[in-house]
Amino acid sequence: MSGDEPQMTQAKERPDLPPCEQPDSAGIVRTKFFTFAEPPNEMPLDSGARLGPITLAYETYGQLDARRRNAVLICHALSGDAHVAGYHSPEDRKPGWWDGMVGPGKAFDTRRYFVVCPNCIGGCKGSTGPASVNPATGRRYGRGFPVVTMADMVRAQKALIDHLGIKTLLTAVGGSMGGMQVLEWAIAYPESIWTAIPIATTPRLTAQGIAFNVVGRQAILDDPNYRDGDYYEHEPPARGLAIARMLGHITYLSDESMHQKFGRQLRDKDDYSYEFDVDFEVESYLKYQGQSFVERFDANSYLYITRAMDYFDLAAKYGSVEAAFRSVLARFLVIAFSSDWLYPPYQSKQIVSALRANRAHFAYYEIPSNYGHDAFLLERERISRVISDFLALNYARALDEEKR
Amino acid sequence: MSPAANHARLRPDLLEIAALVEPGTRVLDLGCGEGELMAHLERSRAVAARGIEVKPERVVDCVARGLAVCQGNIDDGLQDYEDNSFDYVVLSLTLHLVSRPGLVVQEMLRVGRRGIVSIPNFGYWRIRLGLLTRGRVPRAGCFKEPWYTTPRGHVMTLNDFRDFCRGNAIRIERQRFVASGGPLSRALASAIPNTFAQLGIYVVSRRHQVPGAEEGG
Repeated sequence: MSGDEPQMTQAKERPDLPPCEQPDSAGIVRTKFFTFAEPPNEMPLDSGARLGPITLAYETYGQLDARRRNAVLICHALSGDAHVAGYHSPEDRKPGWWDGMVGPGKAFDTRRYFVVCPNCIGGCKGSTGPASVNPATGRRYGRGFPVVTMADMVRAQKALIDHLGIKTLLTAVGGSMGGMQVLEWAIAYPESIWTAIPIATTPRLTAQGIAFNVVGRQAILDDPNYRDGDYYEHEPPARGLAIARMLGHITYLSDESMHQKFGRQLRDKDDYSYEFDVDFEVESYLKYQGQSFVERFDANSYLYITRAMDYFDLAAKYGSVEAAFRSVLARFLVIAFSSDWLYPPYQSKQIVSALRANRAHFAYYEIPSNYGHDAFLLERERISRVISDFLALNYARALDEEKR
Repeated sequence: MSPAANHARLRPDLLEIAALVEPGTRVLDLGCGEGELMAHLERSRAVAARGIEVKPERVVDCVARGLAVCQGNIDDGLQDYEDNSFDYVVLSLTLHLVSRPGLVVQEMLRVGRRGIVSIPNFGYWRIRLGLLTRGRVPRAGCFKEPWYTTPRGHVMTLNDFRDFCRGNAIRIERQRFVASGGPLSRALASAIPNTFAQLGIYVVSRRHQVPGAEEGG
């Protein structure tokens, strides 16, 4: 790297400034919307159904360079949204979900790269999903929303990327479900993606992964307030959704991280209550996670998105994982975490084996971490270092290619 | 980017290994460390290099060099690697540190058409002399670390390695011997390697199984 490039140094915190004005903050961002697939040109889905019009909520950070080679697509996980970094207003105290990774001087350095993060279809954060109003009926889709797949989500993202005038993404990156989308991108649009960074993900959701989704969905479906998905005019199935989220949270942690975070500590008391109130810290934590999730997430979206994850199976779709990767051109950086038992490293190694068999250019990095699956959100320093180096080199390589 | 500068930084035995690699080939470097050899081979010999490294922090160093590195332990074998998928599989100064050296060499020769192995010579005269006179394992040649700080180690001489090859249908196609010091040291090392070379570098292949080998299939 030459000396005049901005370095990966974290800017100093300024206690006198609000969060959104910190030198390394992505600052104030606004969610944008892109609508396409207007009837009669609806987007065909894997299920055979058609969906349209489709609106994608998305946020962008930084500027597209003159050659349009610096675009980074961030794919969010199950409960994520388009708000990946920065703040929505000066009073906003809660930054985007991957704020530690996106901003001036951060891994996805917004002084160098143009970052795009869309909310997936089927979601409930501004993109078309079961809570959206179906223009054909004037009513919310509810369970009338078609089941979508990872490939469908990616197909919609491709329409957005085309709309933004980006021919080739510098990279697509994402953890967990976001990683599945990264794989779909590299396979479905090999010419449109220069590098791929799948994190803590899998080429096919395992029986264990499906099993957890099943229980989460069952909790929602069995909630009396669910009303077959037609609950928008009534009380939402909050209890079911909260239980689904509590279960999810257990799978994102690890034995070790739970032990470190909570141990057997009691919550605001010195002795057991000998009742079924909240006694333990871990109890309080899960309860809080469940309840706060209800305020920001739609139960139907939870059903549709987990279903899309269940159906994700590159081996079934292409004959084998190896065959799935036959067409890829992107260079890969595959990242896994040692204590992740939801998407254990062996599943990332299946991606790696398929890349190897196809003689693709890849690096596989297994981060020693106690944080379990959540490590992809928490191991900021280690992930940042490897990604910033990987991106800088591959951006230079992309510009080299442009000159030829 | 100055190739000369890269040359200057490369360990002498790695330079020797690089010189044995045909340009434009596919090379797998086992225990590739920070990727010095891979980077050198890609730049100077247009090689498609792949590496395996067990330490996560070194994997990051390799990524920072733009190298294709896979975190893994060669003691676990190379079962994810297809037969004959590389022209060369390189193992530099690592054979004495793996738990089952014989298996690793067989795996190298399954995955690669040729293997390039560099091994430290326990028969080096300074080691022999030290052991004889002081009664302690000397820290000379490639054995710089004391016995208690290294994870594990097999001690072998260059002759031991030759015997191993002979007994396991492994052909030594080429060999190089390295000794620090002046022209006299080097001359002695090529004349009587088992005594005067600090390390030996061997290009090995399977007998009867290399296409175009003497048996001709």
